[in-house]
Amino acid sequence: MNTAPATAIGTARSARRRRNRPGVLPGFGLSMGYAVLYLSLLVLIPLAALPIKSAGLGWDGFWQAVTAPRVMASYRLTFGAALLAALVNLVFGMLVAWVLVRYRFPGKKILDALVDLPFALPTAVAGIALTALYAKNGWLGGPLEHWLGLKVAFTPLGIVVALIFIGIPFVVRTVQPVLEDIEREIEEAAASLGASRWQTIRRVLLPTVLPALLTGFALAFARAVGEYGSVVFIAGNRPMVSEITPLLIISKLEQFDYAGAAAIATVMLLLSFVLLLLINLLQGWQARRGGRLA
Amino acid sequence: MSRGASAGVSRPDHLTEPRWVRGLLLALALGFLALFLLAPLAAVFIEAFKKGWELYLAAIVEPDAWSAIKLTLWVAAVSLPLNLVFGVAAAWAIAKFQFRGKQFLITLIDLPFSVSPVVAGLVFVLLFGSQGWLGPWLQAHDLKVVYAVPGVVLATLFVTFPFIARELIPLMQAQGSEEEQAALTLGASGWQIFWRVTLPNIKWGLVYGAILCNARAMGEFGAVSVVSGHVRGLTNTMTLHVEILYNEYQFAAAFAVASLLALLALVTLLIKNLVEWRSARPGVQTQAEPAATPAALGRPAAA
Repeated sequence: MNTAPATAIGTARSARRRRNRPGVLPGFGLSMGYAVLYLSLLVLIPLAALPIKSAGLGWDGFWQAVTAPRVMASYRLTFGAALLAALVNLVFGMLVAWVLVRYRFPGKKILDALVDLPFALPTAVAGIALTALYAKNGWLGGPLEHWLGLKVAFTPLGIVVALIFIGIPFVVRTVQPVLEDIEREIEEAAASLGASRWQTIRRVLLPTVLPALLTGFALAFARAVGEYGSVVFIAGNRPMVSEITPLLIISKLEQFDYAGAAAIATVMLLLSFVLLLLINLLQGWQARRGGRLA
Repeated sequence: MSRGASAGVSRPDHLTEPRWVRGLLLALALGFLALFLLAPLAAVFIEAFKKGWELYLAAIVEPDAWSAIKLTLWVAAVSLPLNLVFGVAAAWAIAKFQFRGKQFLITLIDLPFSVSPVVAGLVFVLLFGSQGWLGPWLQAHDLKVVYAVPGVVLATLFVTFPFIARELIPLMQAQGSEEEQAALTLGASGWQIFWRVTLPNIKWGLVYGAILCNARAMGEFGAVSVVSGHVRGLTNTMTLHVEILYNEYQFAAAFAVASLLALLALVTLLIKNLVEWRSARPGVQTQAEPAATPAALGRPAAA
């Protein structure tokens, strides 16, 4: 920390020096050129196909394609289920992060490693496993239907279950490092000033992890909105009831309605941009918050 | 993963919750993980072996399954090196130099993470399909991209695009470029600097990004499903083969192939933790580790 001012002065000075030249090391042109070329060919030009293709519909056609009743129903389902799943992950992700950082129990290391399973497990595998679990004759689906009269597989509830699975790591992994970095002295200070444990948690710890918590929530939500593999198996995929937006894009494609598929995909792409922007803002907030604490 | 020193130390009473609260929170957290994380994982293996070993083996050595496994390995073997080269080039440009629009470039690199896999597949159908811009030209030259192996590779490249770059950028930014500049003043050439100075410093980050990229490449479903056309024995990857078997009600066979993918996921997690442990060891780039972990995980990663 002592070197921080010196480094800051150094960076400011070198930034001034580098205004004309990007840096002293070789290879800027080659690496930058290659990266931008590859990015353009693989990502930017292909993505540009979406608005261009859907522009063929004209504004009225575009509007009709993206606001048809079946499409609107799929938005409601996709966003509703993603929001619900992200909320569940907000609460339980915070809880899991808390337990993993603060408490000791056998098997903690293995469980900690397994939290990343939804990142590593192919979504199709997760999809069929969850369907087998929650179907009428499954381990969980059977008891749930028998005792609570609750049908999970092949209903919108099944979609929420799949999205919860997919979103587990996001909140845990964003909150966990922040919790680990909280210094014990802060809690000591709160306790010595007469705060109860609950007051310390609510007034000191929660505000500190809030940016990370919201970032994790936004990431889980963004991921859930675009999710396809784990959902199609458990959803039942009935139009107007349990058909998610990505699936609707595929069915448009299968009917050779390319422009219609591109129009809906454009809407989803715009939403991805908005969420990406929001997540960047949240992470900036988190970085500033972290900086102030340290 | 438990980096915090505080995790191992027991806390005095005024810095922790009452015993019953701790018990309750622990039970809730473990219950949630058991229900939503461990149960699906266990279900894959139990369903796979439900009909016995023989059926399990038969499902895996069956020709269509075998060609799906080969295609999956092949697709991963093509996409991994391509994204590796891109990741290193992008991280070199972004971490070692100052230029305008750097943050914007990083955001663009992140873009494939937030695009739905289905949309990722769709764009290649729009470009290369028979109705697409390049469709007529491809047909005239008797080339097939969509509903063929090149389309599967392109879709996989797209969805795994950011993994290695996202891993290396914060790592190399944290390391700065003092060591490279020292090598430069000592008369090293650009490639010498890269091979002798930079690469040894980033090797664990590179391994980390590569295994996550590989897991996603082998496990991708949505994007590949749009472009593959599901031609059995030709354009079916393992995940698509699982889907076909499942939809044909061959549940035991579907779960047998799925269990291979689950095993791959577990091996990926194992290597990932070994790398984290390795790079967290004192003396082996201590400052790299905190940068390495959240970057890979703080994004909508695998699908």
